[in-house]
Amino acid sequence: MSVRLRELAAMIAAWLFGLIWGLPLLYAIWAAFHPSAFATNFDLFAPLTLHNFGRAWEAAPFARYFLNTVLLVLGIMAGQFVICTLAAFGLARWKFFGGEILFALILIQLMVTPDVLILENYRTLHELGLIDTLTGVGLPYVASAFGIFLLRQAFKSIPKELDDAARMEGASTLQTILKVYLPLARPIYIAYGLVSVSYHWNNFLWPLIVTNSVDTRPVTVGLQVFASVDQGVDWSVICAAALMTSAPLMIVFLVFQRAFIQSFLRAGIR
Amino acid sequence: MTAPRNARFSMHVQGWLLALPAIVLLATFTHVPAVSTVVDSFFSTPHGRQPAAFIGLDQYRTMLADPIFWRAVENNLLYALITVPVSIGLALAMALWVNGRIRGRAALRLAFFTPTILPMVAAANIWLFFYTPDYGLLDQIGRLFGVDSTNWLGSPATALPALMAVTIWKEAGFFMIFFLAALQQVPPDLYEAARMENAGRWQIFRRITWPLVMPTTLFVAINALINAFRIVDQVIAMTGGGPNNATTLLLFYIYQVAFSFWDIGYAAALSTVLLFVLGTIALAQFFLLDRRIHYR
Repeated sequence: MSVRLRELAAMIAAWLFGLIWGLPLLYAIWAAFHPSAFATNFDLFAPLTLHNFGRAWEAAPFARYFLNTVLLVLGIMAGQFVICTLAAFGLARWKFFGGEILFALILIQLMVTPDVLILENYRTLHELGLIDTLTGVGLPYVASAFGIFLLRQAFKSIPKELDDAARMEGASTLQTILKVYLPLARPIYIAYGLVSVSYHWNNFLWPLIVTNSVDTRPVTVGLQVFASVDQGVDWSVICAAALMTSAPLMIVFLVFQRAFIQSFLRAGIR
Repeated sequence: MTAPRNARFSMHVQGWLLALPAIVLLATFTHVPAVSTVVDSFFSTPHGRQPAAFIGLDQYRTMLADPIFWRAVENNLLYALITVPVSIGLALAMALWVNGRIRGRAALRLAFFTPTILPMVAAANIWLFFYTPDYGLLDQIGRLFGVDSTNWLGSPATALPALMAVTIWKEAGFFMIFFLAALQQVPPDLYEAARMENAGRWQIFRRITWPLVMPTTLFVAINALINAFRIVDQVIAMTGGGPNNATTLLLFYIYQVAFSFWDIGYAAALSTVLLFVLGTIALAQFFLLDRRIHYR
């Protein structure tokens, strides 16, 4: 009897926390799809509307912000794939002089992430003339210790014989990478890609510092500018904007839930 | 004899060439700036035509006498001390719930994990509404129970805990998946054996589950600790460090000193402190965890 009771208590606790955890998103959906008058007034029979999304879309150049974010996220991912693949391949398969020390130096970036070095990196970008450009926002993240680590692990687990066979047939280093390593490490690339995209879609501090115009601002910074400039606090419009900025990633997540969670796991266990 | 030596030489060169683009970028944006942050902290901030001058430890003397710096340190330590254990405890509880045969576990798992996917800025703006005095959700619920309205983010006593709640909400679900993975690795016959011996639930947790998820707990704790010292998004989006620096955290203070006050020398000294903190955590991780978290 008491076991039953305890199970019931656990279930109630679980659901209570589940409700609290889901509440912010549920509220945002409520406020965004109802007229402003119902933003703080919970009436089951309140009329539904898409008006808030229209108003948010018109109040700030969200189309441009989305374009910036998409370019940024894809650009960073492409850059990371190329640069981290080359480095990871070198470190995994070439026992070159100083490779071990080099790898240890690379791993420092896992701790000293670019957001801690905002001051110096801003000055570097300034000297390169890259302030307020998408390249400037992405550049510090392109060589990622995390990506190199992840891919190096993956490459190490690929049998050396496959590599040798490709070379016997006269394949160059680049061809070997493309024909042997890329296909075999595909799940790792997917995992790394998902983690990278979701990280940079949500990244805020660095783009906030580097960008100062509509043409470069990603959605997170755009949302913040929008929410803080908008003096008359209209929760419905702010919630609509917040939902809009999160929607693409949320949809990808809902569709690929399993792959997503697997990716975070694979990427997290280092 | 020359051919193999040549081949070996070309191997070293090729290895370095492959890593070169990554080395250049990492050096430019991680190693060089980390060193120059420390170097800059011994110089004054250049003003107009007056260049930066070597001033030794003056920035650090200023720092020791700066009440806002101490406030930021205190806030940050408190932040880490509370959010890290609470999010880990909740993450483990969530994992245990979702791993069991509970009703609607798919929905629960989704509810717990979604905050991880939301951009912090978007989430912060929604939470702002929860904390709004009078109209906000918290005050509306409070009124049902006859509690007076509270200015959650406006009063120094509640502002920091209010931000902590947002952090815990955002992180617990992310950590949950690591515990979930660890729980699924526990051999089921261990539980069966325990049940045969009529072990209670608490005993099973203490003797089997807890020791087996220990490496995960350590791994998550280190990550949570690092995150706690890099928190800044919700401070910018929700309080701007206020009221009266009650929510100023280290990285936010660096951001403020560097990009609002443009005091480069002092910002470098503050960054050096943060680098030192993160370096200490890194060393702790190296000695504590070392090879214990290699599941695969």
